[in-house]
Amino acid sequence: MNQLAEIISRNEDKIRAEWIDGMTRSVQRADLISKAELDEQCGALLGAIIAGVKSSAPTDVSAASWESARELLQSISASRARQGFSPVDVATFVLSLKQPLFASIRDTLKGSQDDEMFKTVWAATELLDRLALITTEAYMATREELITRQQQELLELSTPVVKLWDGILALPIIGTLDSSRTQMVMESLLQTVVATNSKYAIIDITGVPTVDTLVAQHLLKTITAARLMGAECIISGVRPQIAQTIVHLGINLEDVVTKAKLSDAFALALDRSGRTVTRKDGVRASANPISTLLEKREE
Amino acid sequence: MERIPVLRMGSLLLVTIQVDMHDKLALQLQDDITQRISDFGSTGVLIDISSLEIVDSFIGRMLANIAAMSRVLGAEAVVVGMQPAVAITLVELGMSLPGVRTALSVEAGMELLMSAVAKAARGWEDDRPQT
Repeated sequence: MNQLAEIISRNEDKIRAEWIDGMTRSVQRADLISKAELDEQCGALLGAIIAGVKSSAPTDVSAASWESARELLQSISASRARQGFSPVDVATFVLSLKQPLFASIRDTLKGSQDDEMFKTVWAATELLDRLALITTEAYMATREELITRQQQELLELSTPVVKLWDGILALPIIGTLDSSRTQMVMESLLQTVVATNSKYAIIDITGVPTVDTLVAQHLLKTITAARLMGAECIISGVRPQIAQTIVHLGINLEDVVTKAKLSDAFALALDRSGRTVTRKDGVRASANPISTLLEKREE
Repeated sequence: MERIPVLRMGSLLLVTIQVDMHDKLALQLQDDITQRISDFGSTGVLIDISSLEIVDSFIGRMLANIAAMSRVLGAEAVVVGMQPAVAITLVELGMSLPGVRTALSVEAGMELLMSAVAKAARGWEDDRPQT
């Protein structure tokens, strides 16, 4: 048996006690994890580490004998990632084992040759660093998984096509338009255009935080596809900043009708489909600026 | 050899594409349409592609060409009933068919075609020098 394994297994209780004690004082998040749970996790991990160190590959954590330690660490950091621990908290969980371990090594090897002590300390450092890396990796993987799932949910939720009037659809887009999202938006819009036989589609970009050349290109693609099918698209919800960005970037939106507000676009669509909005008492609604303008011109 | 029928309805031509287009068929259709327009003196062509599910760049270009050729021969062309998948494919191929009039259904297409024909006729009258 090698020196390190002997030290750890002989001082197991002491190391564990000091480890838990150190963690409770520094980083343990009493609000997120109970003392009993922490004790259990520490005990199980230390047991798995001892089993690994005693094997034929004492510092090679990718070996088969470290399987149980790896799995344990992965499940611990995955559950901590979900509970809301920070990456520092999770990495410190393993790294804080260093201090009690080094203390035990010093006590045991006191008076022995420096070389012996250095070798053992180095082996312990190497081991714990690798275990910490595994922890961090598992933490990141869990977070990544979480983000991917949320992205998917967002994508599915965020492309509603609503019918405003007979033959007029609206598509409020919330969030950034990327390629996969545009594909989804385009498909759902075109399907609905066919299903409801709608001649006008209003794409509302009030909820799109920024419009760059790529987003504009995606929008133009959707509009062209709709036009090929015989539907007309109106872009609404262009905020002043976005109008400035579009002009500064030199994006050509001249073939597309754009409006500042969804209501303006709706009024235009009503007007183009030959409808007017009138008030019950017979006064022509002034909310429709286009028909008002047209009237004035006719006069 | 199979052919896509070109039907005459008064001064208009009606073309319904019911089969998958291949290149030869498209070229044949182009010949037929231009021949019919000049034979009958048609003023409008309505092309229904609602059954067309597969397009490539050649077919896309053919549609644009037929529309342009009709215009040269004095007839307006309207393409109706394009499927979403076809529209997306054409856009991804970079073909926006800028000169082609489109409509959602045959009914809407007829309406558009009538108004386009009327407008073209009026335009010609407007262009005549005033005497």
